[in-house]
Amino acid sequence: MAARIHVGAGAATALSTFNSKKLVAPPSRTNLPARSSKRYIVAAAGSDGSKKSLLRVRHSQKLIANAAVATKAETSATTGTGHELLLFEALQEGLEEEMDRDPHVCVMGEDVGHYGGSYKVTKGLADKFGDLRVLDTPICENAFTGMGIGAAMTGLRPVIEGMNMGFLLLAFNQISNNCGMLHYTSGGQFTIPVVIRGPGGVGRQLGAEHSQRLESYFQSIPGIQMVACSTPYNAKGLMKAAIRSENPVILFEHVLLYNLKEKIPDEEYICNLEEAEMVRPGEHITILTYSRMRYHVMQAAKTLVNKGYDPEVIDIRSLKPFDLHTIGNSVKKTHRVLIVEECMRTGGIGASLTAAINENFHDYLDAPVMCLSSQDVPTPYAGTLEEWTVVQPAQIVTAVEQLCQ
Amino acid sequence: MAQHLKSSSSRSTLLNVLRHNLGLGSPSHASRHLRHNLPHNPPSTRVSPNPLTRLCNTMVDTLSSTSSHEDANSQVMDFPGGKVAFTPEIHFISESNEQRVPCYRVLDDNGQQLTDSRFVPVSEEVAVKMYSDMVTLQMMDNIFYEAQRQGRLSFYATAFGEEAINIASAAALSPQDVIFPQYREPGVLLWRGFTLQEFANQCFGNKSDYGKGRQMPVHYGSNKLNYFTVSATIATQLPNAVGAAYSLKMDGKEACAVTFFGDGGSSEGDFHAALNFAAVMEAPVLFICRNNGWAISTPTSDQFRSDGVVVKGRAYGIRSIRVDGNDALAMYSAVHEGREMAIREHRPILIEALTYRVGHHSTSDDSTRYRSADEIEWWNKARNPLSRFRTWVESNGWWSDEAESDLRSRIKKEMLEAIRVAEKTEKPNLNHMFSDVYDVPPLNLREQELLVRKCVKSHPQDYPSDVPL
Repeated sequence: MAARIHVGAGAATALSTFNSKKLVAPPSRTNLPARSSKRYIVAAAGSDGSKKSLLRVRHSQKLIANAAVATKAETSATTGTGHELLLFEALQEGLEEEMDRDPHVCVMGEDVGHYGGSYKVTKGLADKFGDLRVLDTPICENAFTGMGIGAAMTGLRPVIEGMNMGFLLLAFNQISNNCGMLHYTSGGQFTIPVVIRGPGGVGRQLGAEHSQRLESYFQSIPGIQMVACSTPYNAKGLMKAAIRSENPVILFEHVLLYNLKEKIPDEEYICNLEEAEMVRPGEHITILTYSRMRYHVMQAAKTLVNKGYDPEVIDIRSLKPFDLHTIGNSVKKTHRVLIVEECMRTGGIGASLTAAINENFHDYLDAPVMCLSSQDVPTPYAGTLEEWTVVQPAQIVTAVEQLCQ
Repeated sequence: MAQHLKSSSSRSTLLNVLRHNLGLGSPSHASRHLRHNLPHNPPSTRVSPNPLTRLCNTMVDTLSSTSSHEDANSQVMDFPGGKVAFTPEIHFISESNEQRVPCYRVLDDNGQQLTDSRFVPVSEEVAVKMYSDMVTLQMMDNIFYEAQRQGRLSFYATAFGEEAINIASAAALSPQDVIFPQYREPGVLLWRGFTLQEFANQCFGNKSDYGKGRQMPVHYGSNKLNYFTVSATIATQLPNAVGAAYSLKMDGKEACAVTFFGDGGSSEGDFHAALNFAAVMEAPVLFICRNNGWAISTPTSDQFRSDGVVVKGRAYGIRSIRVDGNDALAMYSAVHEGREMAIREHRPILIEALTYRVGHHSTSDDSTRYRSADEIEWWNKARNPLSRFRTWVESNGWWSDEAESDLRSRIKKEMLEAIRVAEKTEKPNLNHMFSDVYDVPPLNLREQELLVRKCVKSHPQDYPSDVPL
C-alpha cells in the first residue's frame, strides 16, 4: 500500500470517500486518546488526500499470489521514507514500541522469552526488557490467560500469546467468563486491558488441530473485541491500538502471513480497531474478506478486472464489532455482496456478517448475500485436500460472475 | 574414581566443574533456559553396557585423569532439572504417607489455649474486632438466609462454620493485599470495612450496588478494598491471583495476592496450573483452601484420594501447612507467617484450613438430603469456631456476656435496617444493562438498547416498576 493516510478515531478515511455525499462520519469513539491525533500524518504526496492519491493507491496495489511467500512490495515513488519489513517484524516493532512507551505492558506465553516466540514475534524482547516483562510460562493456556487477566485487573497491560490460536480453546473459560465479563459484573470497578494474540487459520499441512479458526467461537463472547491483521502495516497498527485499548482485544494473526513484506512508515501510527480497510474501491460488487483470504480475493480481482468487472474489496479487519458503516456505504453503492472467509460455513464470521448485512441493508441488495467459506470439515493433512478446504481465487471469480449476472 | 566421588569436597568440586562445563548455571530465574552442551570427544575408556553410566563416565573422565570402575550407587547424573542419585532398588513411593500431615492448632476444642502452642500474639483490639466480626458475619448470614427464605432475596450462600477462616485470615493481612475470593469469604470484606448496607445493596442488586445489579447475591466486589469481584466459575480466580501476584512483584510492592477456594475447587485444572505457575514465577501469593468436607453433595472422599490438599503443595514445589480452620488464632498465625514468607521470599504458600460447612451449599440446596442432621448439628455446636474463640477472648478479660448481647442486638438492628433500605432502593437504570460491556458502548449495543426501550414503551405493564428507564 503506497499511499498511507493515517487516521485517528472517528475520522473517515479518504480512501472510502467515493460517494462523499452519502458518507456520514462514524460516531467518534473514545477508546483512543485524543492527543494521539497529533501523530497522524499523511504520507501520500497528495496533500488534499483526495481522489488523486486514491488512483495512485489503486495502481500500486500489490496482488500477492497464494499469500504464503513473501514478495517484494511494489514501492511507490511517493514514499521515500519508511522501512521495509516482514509482518512478524511489524508485530514485533509495534509491541516493542508499546513496551517502550508504557512500562506496564508485558508479554506472557509459551516460549516467548529467550526463544523469541514460535513465530518470532517476541524476538529480542526478553533481552531488552528482562525475563519478568517477557514471561515464559508453563504449558497451561487457561492458567496464563487467567494470570494475564489477574495482572490486568491489578494494573498491568499484558499481551498474552497463544502459540497457536487453537490452543486458546483451552483458555476459553478464562476468556469468556472472566476476561469478557469482569468489567461488567464488577460494575466497572475493574478493567481488563489485555491483548490476546496468536496465529490461526489454515496453514501448510499443520493438521486439523493446528488449523483452527477461533474467531468463529469467540465472536459471541460479550465484552471482547476481535481484530484480524493482514498486512505489515495494519499488523503493527492494530497491535498498538489493541495494547492501548481499555477493552480486552483478541488479535488474530495468520500462520501463512508472517513473512509478508511491505514498506511501512517510520513515523508512529495506529490503526483504528473498529474500522474496516478499503483495499480496492469499485462499483460492481462488494467483496468482504479478512486475513489471508484478502490475498485470494485480490488475486481473483486481477482476473475479474481483466474480465471487465470492477469489484470493491474491503478487508473488514474488525471482526467484533463489524464496521457496518464502511460496509454499509459499500453495499449502498454496489448492491451486491460476496463474503470470502476462511471460517467454516456454520457459525463463522461470514454467517454473522451475512445476517448483519441482511438485517441492516436488505433494501439495498439486488441479489442475496453470497458467502464463500471453508467446508464444515476438520482440515485434512493431505496438501491437496487442504487446498480445497480453503476458498480459492477461481471460486471467487465464479461467484462474482454469478452475482453480477 | 570412586575415591574421588566419596570425598565430599572433591566430589562437589568435580560436580561443580561438571556443571560448569555442561553450561549449567546456578538455579536462578534466568537459568531456566538450560542447554546441555555435552562434550563431543570422549577419550578412550572401557565401555560400560549401561549408556547412562557410559555417559557419566565419559564426562567425569574428561575432567579427571584417573579412571576406574565404580558401582552404580555412588554415581549421580545431571538430567535436565538437576542431579538425581541412582538406586538399585525398585521402589515405588507410597501413594500416601503413613501418618497424615498434622494439623496446626492453638486452642483446644473448648477454646483453651494449648500449653505448648506457638502463635502470633494478637492485641485486645484485634482480638475483639476479630470476634465481633465473626459474630457479625454469622448474624448477617442468618438474616440474609432468612430473607431469601421469605422470598425477599433471590439467592444466598452462607459461610456458617467458616467464620474463623474468613475473619482471622483477613485480620492477618494488610489492606494492600489483593483478595481473589471464591464466594464463601464475605468476612474478608467485612473485616476491611464493607458495611452491612453495602452487602445488602449487592444482594438486592439496587442502584447503590457497586456491581450495578449485574451479579447474583454474594458476588461482591470492591476495588477500593482490594477485593476482586467474585466470579462464579470455580477456581478461575487462582490463576488470576497468580497474575496479580506477578504484577505486585513487578511493581515491587510490599503486598501479596491471596486467593480462597474449597476442597472441590482443588480438583479443577486451574488449581494445579496456578500452583505450578506460582512456583515457577516465584509469585507472592497465598493459596488458602477451605477444606470444609463438602462440594455441594460430594464429600472429600469422592473429590480426591490424596491426604487432603496440603500434600499437593509439595508436588508443585510450594511450602504448605495444614491448620485447624475453626481455630481463629491458628488461622491468624498461619496466614500471618505465610504472608511474611510470600512477600519476603517471593514464594507462593499453600494453607489448607480444615473446617466444616455447617450450612447448605446455598439456598438452592438442602444438605440433609446427603448428610445426617446430627453431623451438621455436632459441628455447629461442639466445634463452633465462635464459641472456641470467645472462650479465649473472655479468658483474657476482653469480652463479656453483656458485650455479646449488646453486639448482637446492635447487629440485628443494623441488618434489618440495611435490608429495609436496600429493598426500597430502586434498581439501577436500564442503560446499565448495556454499559461497561466495553469502555464505550459500540453501535450494536446502542441499537439494542433502543430496541429494548421501544419494547418497554409499548408494553409498560410487563416491565418492572422499580427499574428506572
